[in-house]
Amino acid sequence: MAVTPIIEARDLWTRRGKQTIHRDLQLTVNKGDIVGLVGGSGSGKTTLLRAVVGLDAPAKGQVRLFGVDPIRASRPERLDARRRMGMLFQSGALFSALNVFDNVALPLRELRSVDEALIRDLVMLKLSLVEIEAEHVTKMPAELSGGMVKRVALARALALDPELLVLDEPTAGLDPDRSRSFVSLIQSLSQEYALTVLMVTHDVDTLTTLATRVAVLAEGRIVADGSLDEVMRNEHPFVQSFFGQAVQAQAVPLLHSRH
Amino acid sequence: MVTSLQLQTREGGERVVALGGDWTLASLRNNFAKITKGLGTAAKDASLVWDLRAIDTLDSTGALLIWRAWGNQRRAGALVRPEHEAVLRRIAALPRHSPARRQANLLSPVIALGQKEFQLAGHARGMLGLLGTLVLDMIRGILHPHDLPWREISATVYKAGAQAMPVTALVGFLIGVVLSYLSANTLKTYGADLYIVDLLGISIVRELGPLLVAILIAGRSGSAMTAQIGVMRVTEEIDAMATIGISPSMRLVLPKIIGLAIATPLVSIWAIAAALAGGAVAAQVQLNISFLYFFQALPAAVAADNIWIASVKALCFGAVIALIACHFGLRALPNTESVSRAITNAVVSAITLVIVLDAIFAILFRSIGF
Repeated sequence: MAVTPIIEARDLWTRRGKQTIHRDLQLTVNKGDIVGLVGGSGSGKTTLLRAVVGLDAPAKGQVRLFGVDPIRASRPERLDARRRMGMLFQSGALFSALNVFDNVALPLRELRSVDEALIRDLVMLKLSLVEIEAEHVTKMPAELSGGMVKRVALARALALDPELLVLDEPTAGLDPDRSRSFVSLIQSLSQEYALTVLMVTHDVDTLTTLATRVAVLAEGRIVADGSLDEVMRNEHPFVQSFFGQAVQAQAVPLLHSRH
Repeated sequence: MVTSLQLQTREGGERVVALGGDWTLASLRNNFAKITKGLGTAAKDASLVWDLRAIDTLDSTGALLIWRAWGNQRRAGALVRPEHEAVLRRIAALPRHSPARRQANLLSPVIALGQKEFQLAGHARGMLGLLGTLVLDMIRGILHPHDLPWREISATVYKAGAQAMPVTALVGFLIGVVLSYLSANTLKTYGADLYIVDLLGISIVRELGPLLVAILIAGRSGSAMTAQIGVMRVTEEIDAMATIGISPSMRLVLPKIIGLAIATPLVSIWAIAAALAGGAVAAQVQLNISFLYFFQALPAAVAADNIWIASVKALCFGAVIALIACHFGLRALPNTESVSRAITNAVVSAITLVIVLDAIFAILFRSIGF
């Protein structure tokens, strides 16, 4: 029997109002994959993430998350699938009425089986993973800087030790230092727990060092899918323009470092 | 896979705690107590050797449980797979800390009371500041009429006025019916049936009409205004407006105040008409007073000044509701909790202040319109 893919989207069509965003989109993410999803703005990257985790119902086609339909499956099955994944939203989506600690503790408390002492240790562990110091744990989200919101949101996404991380622009708004440490964190987590990651990113550094696979979204479907090298050889005009510029951008620091 | 914990005696008489399977939050979720107890018992015997090599997946929850059983330190001689070492190392690096607790203060009720006073003073000062800005905006608007936000004013009149017409008519009509119905019995016992016109006329036109509409508008439009401005604060739209060079008070607050000052008197007169119609219907049924008589006697019973008093009152109520709504909206902090509190405060303060104003007007106008 073949191994069930973590995420499977088949012939996926999504619409927003009258506008069709994805047509016949196919995407499979297997265990251990770190997939970077790339595409122009408005190409439906975030919409695809939302459809895959079951926040939006597809207009047509099928979505499978851990082998179950994230919308139509029975409630326990859906809940189980959702607890096995963590999602990081583009702007963090921290609960503004809860402080940093409670934000990260919320998914654990919702399980209703973990005792408070263990929750405290787990939360502090997750926060230390994302380099949030202990003095910030009682702050409210409104008091945090943009980068810190992102990191706390990542800690919340990691709270349940998920098998799948869905990240929407994880490094946008982080300084280069933090985004490098983010990359190494995801790298080490994926080695330790066989973490699967589906992320939308425009950061070429993140793509080159982290992604084991790159999927390019254009014209409502995945136009290229494979390792970074394979994708860069793709002839599609969007792929060419995206990576053409990206490679140039990466070459600049190299030139400077020779001096 | 299942979590397993076994005590084994291996060759050479070595006694081993063998952990295996999945040590993850998902697999431990339903038997925390059992596993914790098992780990605790095993950890008491210092001579046991811990073998963690059979563990397939170890996540931070599982590792933390084991670590706590070990007494927050690495158990000597524990055998761990190299890929799981990193998980344990991470926990070992976690600083031990005692969570800071807020100290209880005996004086806290007094302090809270004082803070309330300061808050009240702050609101008064803020409101005064807003009013001052608006006066300046108005002067600028009068000097340069095309700078006035006409479109926003008309939108407010439409949303708070025209769209409120059905609900105010319904409420007004029902209040008219109830008032007329209840007073009819008393009037009948005195044979003063015909005074129903005076009673309804004065009470509805002078008092109930404007007050009723003000309360409805505070709940309907005031809350919406606070919510809108509060959310715009959360999403930094107000700051964005300021950077573009648009004055938020001119574009957001002024049109709301002018709009409500226009809409509330108009809706009040509409609601007064509906309430009088309701009263006339009930008078017809209850006291057999014809519509024709009711509306012929009305001008004699209620001096025309009363309409002007109602309009002036409604105008002030509308302006106050909008001012309070905008004030609380602008003071909302960028989080959901604060926005919801701002809306509650705005509606409660607006209705309270409207009633206080109504009392003041009752005294001011006591010699007019009778």
